[in-house]
Amino acid sequence: MKAYLFTIILIINFSQSQAANWQVCAECSCSQLSEAIEAASPGDTLTVDSGLYQEGRIIIGKSLVLRGNNYPRIDGKGESEVITITADHVSLVGFQIQNVGHSYLEDRAGIRVQKAKHFIIQNNRLINTFFGIYLEHAQYGLISHNFIEGQAIEEMSSGNAIHLWYSKHVEITDNEISGHRDGIYFEFVDNSQVRRNKSHHNLRYGLHFMFSNDDEYHQNIFRENGAGVAVMFSKKIRLTENQFIENWGRAAYGLLLKEIYDADIIDNHFEHNTLGIHVEGCSRILYKANTFLYNGWAMRVAGGCSKNEIKGNNFIDNTFDLSMNSQVGDNYFDGNYWSDYASYDLDRDGIGDVPHNPVKLFSYVVNQSPEAIMLLRSTFVDLLNFSEKVSPVFSPPGLEDQQPHIKPFSQNFKTYADDSASQDF
Amino acid sequence: MKNILRYSFFDLIRSRWTIIYGGFYLILTFALIWLSGDLLKVITSLMNITLMLVPLIALLFSSMYYYHSRDFVELLLAQPLKRTHIFIGQYWGIAISLSVSLIVGLGLPFLIFGVLGTSVLYHFFTLIGVNLMLTFIFVGLGFAGALRYENRIKGFGLGILIWLFFAVIYDGIVLLGLVVFRDYPLDHFALGASIFNPIDLSRILILLKLDISALMGYTGAVFQKFLGSTTGIIIAIAVLMLWVVFPIGRIRFLALRKDF
Repeated sequence: MKAYLFTIILIINFSQSQAANWQVCAECSCSQLSEAIEAASPGDTLTVDSGLYQEGRIIIGKSLVLRGNNYPRIDGKGESEVITITADHVSLVGFQIQNVGHSYLEDRAGIRVQKAKHFIIQNNRLINTFFGIYLEHAQYGLISHNFIEGQAIEEMSSGNAIHLWYSKHVEITDNEISGHRDGIYFEFVDNSQVRRNKSHHNLRYGLHFMFSNDDEYHQNIFRENGAGVAVMFSKKIRLTENQFIENWGRAAYGLLLKEIYDADIIDNHFEHNTLGIHVEGCSRILYKANTFLYNGWAMRVAGGCSKNEIKGNNFIDNTFDLSMNSQVGDNYFDGNYWSDYASYDLDRDGIGDVPHNPVKLFSYVVNQSPEAIMLLRSTFVDLLNFSEKVSPVFSPPGLEDQQPHIKPFSQNFKTYADDSASQDF
Repeated sequence: MKNILRYSFFDLIRSRWTIIYGGFYLILTFALIWLSGDLLKVITSLMNITLMLVPLIALLFSSMYYYHSRDFVELLLAQPLKRTHIFIGQYWGIAISLSVSLIVGLGLPFLIFGVLGTSVLYHFFTLIGVNLMLTFIFVGLGFAGALRYENRIKGFGLGILIWLFFAVIYDGIVLLGLVVFRDYPLDHFALGASIFNPIDLSRILILLKLDISALMGYTGAVFQKFLGSTTGIIIAIAVLMLWVVFPIGRIRFLALRKDF
């Protein structure tokens, strides 16, 4: 048995020692990347020196490690795709991939991964690529520390920065994304993780996923995207510690949830969005310890939602905290902090003695007849809200927070809008 | 008329009430700017306050001035002066002196804190312009009301009623209409209804310039489209002008017929 193991180790060592190192630069014997890929055998490492490489479409069909020294520029000249990975175990580290050029006929990408497994795409810069990183039928990959910057002008002629289609077990971390149609786009992607990315100034969504189950999204920052973040038709997802900031416009959402089941939305920060969270047809979602600060609507709950729990969130200085256009049903509000709550706490247990109704009468009226919004901020509306607060007549029964907190939850709800650290992308 | 205007104006600008009025805005604006530091937010808060206060003060102040200067008016009437000149002159005197207090009270703090050259300048001018319009409109309405009723209680009562109507009741009726007829497309009704109430129109003119307008959704877009066009803004200003002209006509009418 021992001898057997020894042989295996020997073979592995032997095969590793066989792995060659190829140098690519203007003066080297290999001056072109595609030549080097052609010449290399699986398991080899290619080191590419800085310079400009214009070779059209480069296909990596072998298990290779490609390393760029000082960001060699691989240029598509606005005509073609740049890199396509079709083999398993490929690493692509430290390149600048540029000028893919948009097309109305095909989804050209800076880096395309086609039916490959165990790939690493790290530390690359993608400048002005139509689609940035495009994964189809890919599995077990890592996409991290990439900088992807596009120059999208209109939705029709722009692509997504990180686009995943029918993929599984992909980890997307620490990327910075801007200027595309959608920042991160998932369709039929399961068991994947999205962490610590910054997605900002995209035309449509910072993050957009559909039919993607068992995925996790943590500590991302989505900022100033045309329509915020949209999440649809997915199950078992977790969103924690993300920031949704300044998605402001007539059709912008911090987070749009449609047909989502069994999700946890915990510890997120929603600041200065027209709509913090828009929920439609979602069930069994737990909203906990989120902070809603200075939004137009903190939460808008449309029809078909049941068994949602909204617990322990901070609702601070939103124009409307909550709007519901259907029955409360078995949705459940409990133990939140509402900055609008103006009652007392005689027994000093930190919980208000009178239940709080978070739906202002005016927001109810606006739901019924949207044109009434023209009376926003008028004296009459203030009087109306006040009188309804004092003696509720129209408020839908059951929609009450029985245990409103007197003080905001201890987590820091500092404003991120002026925070230079998060602005300094 | 010029002499009457000049006399009324200098009489009023030195009066305690005008100074208190201007001083109030001065302190309020300074305090708000100090507390928040964000000029745009200050404009939003000021909008809420001025849209309520400016019409109310204009109405009460003009009635008060009329009743107060009654003896003087009688003296003037004995002179070879045109009646319309006396009353219209007084109207301009009140309106201009209140406007000066308003401009100084709201404008000075903004100038000191450097509104010039910032992007807020446009919003600032909208705020000032709209409030000046409201001053001229409601001084006229108040003055006409006072001229109509010899009885002070009735005159003041009418003033308060006018304020209540435009600031509160009108919106209530519009809201009722919007809710009752919610099955119909109402955006043009909403637009029409708000244009004919100077307070509503002023509020919407300011709101559309602020980022809160994004909350106004489709209706807001209809408003923006209308008030963003040249025709729209001309119609809006024409309506406001009409609200200035109407009370002046009323003052003329009453002045010529009144039996002193």
